[in-house]
Amino acid sequence: MTGISTDKRDTLLAMITEEQRTLGFVSKSSMFSMAQWLGIPVAEVYGVVTFHTFFSVKPQGKHVVRSCKSVPCHLKRSEMVASWIGDYLGVNAGETTPDGRFSFELTNCIGACDQSPAMLVDDVLYGDLNQERVAKILKSFD
Amino acid sequence: MSEKRILTENCGLIDPKDINTYLAKQGLQAWRKARKTMTPQQVIEEIKRAGLRGRGGAGFPCGLKWELAGRAEGEKKYLICNADEGEVGTFKDRFLIQNDPFSLLEGMAISAFAIGAEKAFIYLRAEYRYLLEGLRNALRQAEDSGLLEELDIEIREGAGAYICGEESALMNSIEGKRGEARFRPPFPPVNGLFGFPTIINNVETLANVPLIIRNGADWYSRMGTKESKGTKLFCVSGDVSRPGIYELEMGSSLKDLVIGLAGGEDVMMVQVGGSTGRVLPFSMIDIPLAYESVLGSGAVIVFDHSRDMVDFLYRTIEFLNEESCGLCTPCREGIECLIEVLDRLVNGEGVQGDLEILEVSCAPMASASLCGLGQSAPTPVRDSLQYFREAFAGRISQSVLLRSLKSIPSSGKPASYNQD
Repeated sequence: MTGISTDKRDTLLAMITEEQRTLGFVSKSSMFSMAQWLGIPVAEVYGVVTFHTFFSVKPQGKHVVRSCKSVPCHLKRSEMVASWIGDYLGVNAGETTPDGRFSFELTNCIGACDQSPAMLVDDVLYGDLNQERVAKILKSFD
Repeated sequence: MSEKRILTENCGLIDPKDINTYLAKQGLQAWRKARKTMTPQQVIEEIKRAGLRGRGGAGFPCGLKWELAGRAEGEKKYLICNADEGEVGTFKDRFLIQNDPFSLLEGMAISAFAIGAEKAFIYLRAEYRYLLEGLRNALRQAEDSGLLEELDIEIREGAGAYICGEESALMNSIEGKRGEARFRPPFPPVNGLFGFPTIINNVETLANVPLIIRNGADWYSRMGTKESKGTKLFCVSGDVSRPGIYELEMGSSLKDLVIGLAGGEDVMMVQVGGSTGRVLPFSMIDIPLAYESVLGSGAVIVFDHSRDMVDFLYRTIEFLNEESCGLCTPCREGIECLIEVLDRLVNGEGVQGDLEILEVSCAPMASASLCGLGQSAPTPVRDSLQYFREAFAGRISQSVLLRSLKSIPSSGKPASYNQD
């Protein structure tokens, strides 16, 4: 319905994922080159990038901490988890530490409601969090 | 009432890293039976007779879907396994992929055989990236065992978007577009991925297929209720002492699950089916879990009496507001309207008429939204207002009180008097 479809258009999501994973964000220049290669408007690429929460157009930290804020984790005091993470890293949700080591985000349900409150650090799931455990986990990435 | 473990029978017993342990538990027998003794049409008939319905939440009859795709004209056909389990409170697909990926792959092979697909996708959500390696390993072993000799399965990763679990948005996402819902018709079994006939089934649905083919439709359809056959995985979370996955026969009571098995105490309310699911007060705890009453994705979130309904509904609608794809107006603007009112209520700024605004906003969303997100977003709103109206009305009178206090300065004279 939108844009020009080409036979390689379906490689776009994987290309963006690759870019995000290697560089920590999706740069303007990479969006231009993807658009050029696929023969689609840059706005189409930008549209896909900004649609997804795992992509960022600004440089992110080396590690991304995603603390779950959905209802099951909220019932297990996920706000406290977010404040522990924020205190440890010294940044608020949505920010990156000045040394560029961590980005901290709040995320919607990560499917770990049986071990709530839970968080993801990069691709690794950590559940049944308490203050001590959060500090220990984050320390292991230092 | 105890659990009935047929789908999760292998979980914990087999090694998900080693297909030989799966083969020792009757693994691949269903696939061989289908390929050697049945025609694709017979496989579809068997699934239809078994009464298997979609386990992702919508509950569409699986056999009928397959039949439509099987009959559809198309140069090629696609099968998609929906592993974009984003529904709040749902984690059963994660459990299946972690513990028994082979049943899923066998189910996919049988499904592809039935509809005539040579290419299949597993769409795995980005939040489950830690499952990717195990799934790839299972895929490699399945290939080596000959399970996938006529089927190419490709894993595609999502990138964090709840709406991509909706089938038409999922197809757009695979095609490299924004995960926005599509207008229907045409429906996917006729015109789906890249314009070809496509079947999209949930992980749990596909994992049920080998059981049905191996043991027969009669065996399967003896379990459950009239409209809901077999078993269902339930994901219990919230205020219970034993959260986790429970497999129950369809038609089991919510009470047995929440109180008997999961150990819920002092229960005030249970939300069944995820963020857009029904909100049931404790007085309805005896309700049977089935498509004809209440089911959804199998998410069961338990709230005790210490919880606040306004806070709960605000968070639920906030989630849907963030995750709505924004394509169709009823959903985009409707949810925006709901959140505006709920935001007032949680901040003690409610005004008379707010509850009526919530109710009025629901109807166009339910009837005119493009996909299930907008259509069912009003469900928790309507239920909450029906069963817990006093909590919301109370918030409005509290808001009025707060405002009246604010308007009186410490001198005791009204603020307006001082300004004059």
